[in-house]
Amino acid sequence: MTDVSVAFGGVTALSEVSLVVEPGQVHGLIGPNGAGKTTLFNVACGIVRADSGSITWRDRQLRRLRPDQLARLGIARTLQGVGLFAGLTVLENVMIGAHRHARAGFASALFALPRSDKDERELRTRATAALADLGAEHYADRYPGSLPYPVQKRVALARALVSSPDLLLLDEPASGLAEDEMRELGELIRTLSGRMSVLLVEHHMDLVMSVCDRVTVLDSGRLIASGTTEEVQADPAVTAAYLGEDVDVAHDAAELHSGDHSERAHRA
Amino acid sequence: MQQFIDTTLSGLAQGMVFAAFALALVLIWRSTRIVNFAQGSMAMATTFVALALVHAGWNYWLAFVVALVSGFVLGAVVERVIIRRVEGGPELNAVIVTLGLFVAIQAAVAIIAGSSFQSFPAPFGLRGFTIGGNTIALTPNRVFVIVAVLVTMGLLVALFRFTRVGLAMRAAAFGQEVARLLGVRVGRMLTLGWALAAVVGSLAGLLIAGGSFVYPAYMDSLIVFGFVAAVLGGLDSPIGAVVGGLVLGLALAYVSAYFGGSSVVNLAALVILVVVLLVRPGGLFASTQARRA
Repeated sequence: MTDVSVAFGGVTALSEVSLVVEPGQVHGLIGPNGAGKTTLFNVACGIVRADSGSITWRDRQLRRLRPDQLARLGIARTLQGVGLFAGLTVLENVMIGAHRHARAGFASALFALPRSDKDERELRTRATAALADLGAEHYADRYPGSLPYPVQKRVALARALVSSPDLLLLDEPASGLAEDEMRELGELIRTLSGRMSVLLVEHHMDLVMSVCDRVTVLDSGRLIASGTTEEVQADPAVTAAYLGEDVDVAHDAAELHSGDHSERAHRA
Repeated sequence: MQQFIDTTLSGLAQGMVFAAFALALVLIWRSTRIVNFAQGSMAMATTFVALALVHAGWNYWLAFVVALVSGFVLGAVVERVIIRRVEGGPELNAVIVTLGLFVAIQAAVAIIAGSSFQSFPAPFGLRGFTIGGNTIALTPNRVFVIVAVLVTMGLLVALFRFTRVGLAMRAAAFGQEVARLLGVRVGRMLTLGWALAAVVGSLAGLLIAGGSFVYPAYMDSLIVFGFVAAVLGGLDSPIGAVVGGLVLGLALAYVSAYFGGSSVVNLAALVILVVVLLVRPGGLFASTQARRA
C-alpha cells in the first residue's frame, strides 16, 4: 500500500499512508479514535476506493477491485462486532466463507449436477473443520443470535479462516472479550502467522504488542510511526499521540465496550 | 355440503396460484426490498409468448417451457438493466419504476398482440371428477395446477437449502455488504433472484390462464391477490406467502359462494389486506426480527 489517500467530502481520512504487510507476519495498526484505521481497512478490502495511491498484493493492482473480487483473491476480513448472518445457521455462515473454493460453475450448482454435489460436501466438511479448529463445532446448527458473544466472535473468525486466506484483516477481534479469551485469541493469531499474513486493528495494547511483528501508528489520517513493537513503543511521536495518554486509552476501551453492548442488544 | 366441498376445492386451487404469485413477490422483496408491481405484466408477457407459440402449432408443453425460460430471461434483464439503477436508493423510486414497467409491458403486449380476449388452452380436462354420481369441482387441470405449484416450491426449497448458490443468495439477502466481503457476487445473486421470481410469476400466469381467456390486463387482479397473500404471510417469509395464498384463496372462494358472489371478491381481498395491516402489520408469519443481520 503506497501513498494512499482518501477524503470524504473534503475531510481527509487518510493522507499518503504507506504500509507493507510482509508475508507470514502479523502487522498491527493502531492509533486513537478517528485516526483512519477503519478507513484503511475499508480500502484494503475494497469497500472504500482510494482517491490516490496504489495498493498491491502479490504483484496485483487492487485499487479498482470490488470486495468480492478481493475476497476471491484470498483477502479475508472480520468485522467490528461480528457481522454474522442472523438468518443462517452457524455452519451455513461459515460455508459462505468457503465460497471461493467451490469449483463447480454457477449453472451446475443451480441444477445440482453431480460435480456440484461433491462441491457441496467439500464445503460442508471444510466449514465443519474450521469450526472445530476454533472449538465451536457444537454450535453448527444453531443460529448466531442465540449464542454468547465470544462464541459468535469465534464463529466470525472461523468464517474468515475457512477460506484459507493469504491476507487476513482482523478488525478489533478482541473487543468484548474477557481477559483469558483475549489471551487465547493472541495465541491463535500467533499460530496463524506462519500460514498467512495478518493485518490487525486493535485497541488493546497488550494484545497488539504481544502478537505483532510490526506495528504502524496512524493519527488524524497520517502515518506517524512504523516499525517493530519496540521501536514504536520507544517513538516519542507515538507516546505523545497515543500511548502516553493512558486516560485516553482507557476511555477508548470503555467506549468500545459499551458500543459492543448496545450492538448486542440491538441484535438480540 | 356438496357446495361447501366444491367451494373449498376451487379455493385451494386458486390459493395455490395466489401462493405462487405471492412467492414471486416475496423472493424479490427478500433480496432487494422492492415490491415488484410489474410481476403481473411480466408474467402476462410470457403467457403471450406461450400463446403465440401454441397458435403457431407448437405443442403445449414446449410452449409452456419456453414461456418459463423467457420469464427467466425477462426477469434477469429487467433486474440488470432497469432495477439495478434504483436498487438501494429511495424506496419510492423503485416503486415508481416497477409501476412504470407494469404499464409499459402491458402496453407493449397490447400493441403487439392486440387487447382482445383470446382463449388459452388448458393442458388437462376441465370437467370435474365424478365421485359416487356427483361431479365435484376438482378437475384434472386443477390437480395439475396444485401439483405444478407444489413441485416448484419443492425445487425452490431445495435450491435455497441444499445448494451453494442458494446459500449465497440467502446470504446476499441478509446482508449484501458482508456477503460481498466474503466473496459472494451479490449483483449476480440479485439478478438470479429476479430471474427465479419471474419464472415463478410466469408459472402463476400460465396456470391461471389455462382453460380461460387472456388479454393484456388479465393478471391485474392477480397482482392484488398475490400482494395481499404476500402481506398476509409477512412479505418476508416464503412459507408465509404459501400459507397466505391458500388462506386468501379459501377466503375469497367462501366470500364468492356465500356472501354476495364474485362481484365482491376484489373488495373482500382489499378488506383482508387492510385488516391485516391494521391488526398485524408484520403479517401472520413475521420474521422481520431475524433479518437484522
